Amino acid sequence: MTTLLNRERPPVFCPGCSHEKIVRVLDNALQQLGLSGEQVVIVTDIGCAGLFDTFFNTHAFHGLHGRALTYATGLKMADPELTVITIMGDGGLGIGGAHFLSSCRRNLDINLLILNNFNYGMTGGQCSVTTPVEAATSSGFLNQLEPPLDICRIGVAAGAPWVGRAMATDGELSAQIAEAVFYQGFSMIDIWGVCPGRYSKRNKISLKQIEKEMSLLPAASGIVPANERQEFGSHYRSLAAQVQHPGSVSGINSIFSPPVRDRCNILLLGTAGQRINTAGEILCLSAMSAGMHVTQKNDYPITVLRGHSVSEVIFSRSPVGYTGIKKPHIVIALSAEGVARRKNVFSLLDTDSLIIAADNLEIPENNARTIKIDFKALGISTPDRALASLKVLAGEGYAITEEMLYAGLANRFTGKQLNEARSLICKAGQAEKRS
Amino acid sequence: MIRNFIDGNEAIARGAVLAGCQLFAGYPITPATTIYQQMLRLLPAKGGICLQGEDEIASIGFCLGASMAGLKTMTATSGPGISLYSEQISFAIGGEIPLVIVDVQRLGPSTGSATKGADGDIQFMRWGCSGGLPVIVLAPVDVGDCFTLTMHAFNLAEKYRCPVFIASNKEIGMTCESIDLDSLATPEPLTREYCPSGQSYLPFKVESAAMVPSFLPIGGNRLVRQTSSTHGPEGYITADTEIIGVAIDRLEKKLVTAVDNFTFFELDSDPRAETLLIVYGVTARAAKTAVEQIRNGGKEISLLILKTLYPVPEDFLKRCLSKAKRVVVVEMNLGQYVREIERLVDEQPVIHYGRMDGELICPETIREVIGL
Ligand code: SF4
Repeated sequence: MTTLLNRERPPVFCPGCSHEKIVRVLDNALQQLGLSGEQVVIVTDIGCAGLFDTFFNTHAFHGLHGRALTYATGLKMADPELTVITIMGDGGLGIGGAHFLSSCRRNLDINLLILNNFNYGMTGGQCSVTTPVEAATSSGFLNQLEPPLDICRIGVAAGAPWVGRAMATDGELSAQIAEAVFYQGFSMIDIWGVCPGRYSKRNKISLKQIEKEMSLLPAASGIVPANERQEFGSHYRSLAAQVQHPGSVSGINSIFSPPVRDRCNILLLGTAGQRINTAGEILCLSAMSAGMHVTQKNDYPITVLRGHSVSEVIFSRSPVGYTGIKKPHIVIALSAEGVARRKNVFSLLDTDSLIIAADNLEIPENNARTIKIDFKALGISTPDRALASLKVLAGEGYAITEEMLYAGLANRFTGKQLNEARSLICKAGQAEKRS
Repeated sequence: MIRNFIDGNEAIARGAVLAGCQLFAGYPITPATTIYQQMLRLLPAKGGICLQGEDEIASIGFCLGASMAGLKTMTATSGPGISLYSEQISFAIGGEIPLVIVDVQRLGPSTGSATKGADGDIQFMRWGCSGGLPVIVLAPVDVGDCFTLTMHAFNLAEKYRCPVFIASNKEIGMTCESIDLDSLATPEPLTREYCPSGQSYLPFKVESAAMVPSFLPIGGNRLVRQTSSTHGPEGYITADTEIIGVAIDRLEKKLVTAVDNFTFFELDSDPRAETLLIVYGVTARAAKTAVEQIRNGGKEISLLILKTLYPVPEDFLKRCLSKAKRVVVVEMNLGQYVREIERLVDEQPVIHYGRMDGELICPETIREVIGL
């Protein structure tokens, strides 16, 4: 096989830098795999290791510090045939920690080579996440405060199915890289080397000593059986292939004439569990069955299972402009929490306005006409009260008619749910007679 | 008449799919989350890819990688997420990587109010990344705009190889509305221009008259180099200030000189009017109502609803401004886009009203500000 080294761009590392050796080792590994430059992308980030992509005649993607794995993920998902090799230093590993953990856990078929030389070479030898506490760095005493990470142990814990550790000088490194790249899943090798430009200037440390340090750590040399599982990309594609297309948005036909002259603002005030939003939606769908323009927005706390639930609905014969409600024409009030949320609107209501309220509810002073519903007596439970109120509203012929309401229900529900909604509406019909 | 009932976020998702979006990656954040949820419903079923990144930085990074492999990509977030996107956005600018970014703005600063609307990120979208080079920012008014402007955003990203923002707002994204989607005028989806086969390829080389380099995907049979560093035509990092200067100048000019080709707006001008009201985003809805009321009261007023905010369509705006005796700018922040208007007027007074407390600006307030 031919070399993939870029003859026009020979490596420019400091003399004796382990990175230079790894360039040749990587080239060797790619040759062993019989890959051409067009089949490979080398993704790098920042630092001396970030120069790697320029030394190869492959596709190249050089990006931001610590983010190389994010681009690698996008590239591999978009082009599953591509061999994606990501190269980062121990600096990129630290700043991109979340991406490292996620890549181990995700198990997309990309390869990560960590060029670990225990410091930030390019910026002047500051400590990194792998610097030993006893090392001298340009971070003063700071590296004494935080112990170094064992990247391989973290990789295994995070789910990487192929984890290796090797010296840059290891004669087997190219075979190990070839094996890692060939592996169908996320593979990573923690490659230890020297940085004569910075780290070894302050620390009299030889490759031999580094090798000795490494021997004290648990070995990592390939497949992690407990982490072996289906590769993310193929798994994604098999699951995605089962997703049913939701179809186009169902349109709503205008078949009735609306009982609204111009614009009608409706406030639904309730509590989580009263299906306020659904009732608001059905109101809108009902109005649309009469060709009205509608808007709806909802207000509820982040904790959706408790607290207020408010829906603001606007109908209009012309397109709705301003989507806020200063003064409602209709208020449906079903809970104290909902009423408290909009307590200021009640004083604005005039004699033309209508309030439909649960009969046990205290309503702030107002001039509106009020219909009280005794839901308990009617046997209408909390989740059905908002819907039942719509029937009362339709009975008034105000804003919607009964036929519009039935059309709205049919646009929102099908099957059993629709039948239930219809019988609820019948039940609510009793309320009109009693009120 | 058949209408659909959807919110702005769903309209963006549907517009994206129709524009040919092939990969969406996002991280949940109110009020943008439902774009991601809709993409998850729509995209995999069409053979596309939808991913949830470990954070916003990863989500946009996935998009950058996939876009360089030739896919049309989109991500969506709100203000706090745009902060995290920042450096990746400047990479997309410098690396000329097509990408659509949706910012469903919420009330800031910082985590602010997740469920309240604002237009507080307008200058942030334009200037919120290193280098200060231009991006395209389109501002929808309603559900219909969310649909059509998203389609335009994809086309612009492809054509100019740059990030394109949709400056939405919680009050648009999470407001459901009746809309006849089929009646909307939508553009034909465009795809980026590929370098013809048989030619040797330099990833950032532009033909003399052109402003945008032709594209080839990473993974194709001609080698492609992408880099976030300053680079020459061949895509290698360079420190040559002459090469850098030419490249950066082109990144600015390719958008600024082309803005007339993609200036979206609604202009409702009354030749007798002395006042020109300028608005964008959801505020335009109240402005329309206010203008109608003013005219019903027998007074004259002109209304400009601007939908291409950046690059600032300066020539177009100057033409609009030249006819006005005074200009009123109303926006859901404390004064952001008004800065652009102020620098473009001759001597006319510019009256500004801004509100940023989670409440919509209402027609009555706009009328009070205008005084008509
Ligand atoms: S600074 Fe260190 S890592 Fe960088 S090139 Fe020099 S020796 Fe290598």
